[in-house]
Amino acid sequence: MIAIIDYGVGNLFSLSSSLRYLGLENKLTNKREDIQAADRIILPGVGAFADAAEKLRQTGLVDTIKEETAAGKPLLGICLGMQLLFEKSLEYGEHQGLGLIPGEICPIQPDLRQPLKVPHIGWNSLRFTEKAYDEGKRVHPLLKYSRNGDYVYYVHSFYAKNCGENTLAVSEYDVEIPGAVANGSVLGTQFHPEKSGSAGLAMLKAFSEL
Amino acid sequence: MITKRIIPCLDVRNGRVVKGVNFEGIQDVASPVEMARFYNESGADELVFYDITASVEERKLFTDILTEVAQEIFIPLTVGGGINTLEDFDRVLKCGADKVSVNSGAIRDQGLIPAAAKKYGDQCVVLSMDVKRVDGRFMLFARGGRENTGIDALEWAERGVKNGAGELVVNSIDTDGVKKGFDIEMLKAVADRVNVPIIASGGAGCMEDFRELFQDPRIDAGLAASIFHFKEIQIGDLKRYLRENGIEMRI
Repeated sequence: MIAIIDYGVGNLFSLSSSLRYLGLENKLTNKREDIQAADRIILPGVGAFADAAEKLRQTGLVDTIKEETAAGKPLLGICLGMQLLFEKSLEYGEHQGLGLIPGEICPIQPDLRQPLKVPHIGWNSLRFTEKAYDEGKRVHPLLKYSRNGDYVYYVHSFYAKNCGENTLAVSEYDVEIPGAVANGSVLGTQFHPEKSGSAGLAMLKAFSEL
Repeated sequence: MITKRIIPCLDVRNGRVVKGVNFEGIQDVASPVEMARFYNESGADELVFYDITASVEERKLFTDILTEVAQEIFIPLTVGGGINTLEDFDRVLKCGADKVSVNSGAIRDQGLIPAAAKKYGDQCVVLSMDVKRVDGRFMLFARGGRENTGIDALEWAERGVKNGAGELVVNSIDTDGVKKGFDIEMLKAVADRVNVPIIASGGAGCMEDFRELFQDPRIDAGLAASIFHFKEIQIGDLKRYLRENGIEMRI
């Protein structure tokens, strides 16, 4: 069973539907027992970092998430859920994240050289980085059903920086946006796999087989 | 690179997809769920559903259809039509919509966009506007394009974005249903005033119209209904054609 952490942030209908479509049992939950009993955890999220981080803390689940991932249980953060996995965010002030992946979340706007729109909304192609491959040139298991160049759907105004060691795939938006990240069994996608058509479903399926 | 988006729009009434020409003379086309499947397989980047029903019973039918679509199609879904309150946002978001498009509701209640943006985030709020030239000015129309509000459309767009609209759908009443191309002049005027994604609507008749539309880097998406519904243009063919012409497309 995949536990989708329900902490009152964002719309979980599509995420739950997409897992069900893949035949994957899942449960929206904010209960410790469910997260402990699950094979895998998904941390979703949209909205503002500080607000979401606070709501997640209020559930009292942060320690449970850290314990479970430390024991090797796969965790996938999606969009703001991915951002929460990092050490800190500079979105309107400085806020602490879960610290499961080194790096920080910064605004896109000041780093742009071209007059692009922010939020970065729409379909963008993923380019696998060299970190996507192991020494035997095998692709990371999260990407095993993906193709280099697959298009995925983004909606965000902030992005992860100083996390090159843990970045599996990036998208170009004048700056390089880390699209998929991994630190051991802690994984994240800045894009929405549940909104990225077959390319997104492929990645959710790969996550379910980790 | 980020792609330009091709978005079919499904106007739904009484559980069926319909399409008007100049907002009048509506014809029945087909089942919304079947059409959503077809468009998803054809490579549509997003789907827009407009609920053009009036009664409460039909509204229930609409949300049932939306739920069915959202359970099997995993690309962004935008819902519009009859969105007047935060409860309306809530109703369609619970059925699987990702974004909610407001039009007349935002004119009647100017607090709607800021309240919705605060509650659901800017990315969720799409301001859809029906615009028509009146005495050389772009004016905002309401009630499905029937009523001149007397509001300057460019000021309306700017205000909507300041209030938290994350995207704009600009529908030109002047070119809608005419199939002679998008209203590039109107779209450029809007793009001069706002810095959020702009979805162009009204006037697409052939593939060249989309190529011309995307010559302006500030236009992010093209929306159309009848030319896709009647298969005058196949989305797959359109996207290949645009890519061959140097426009980034998801294929």
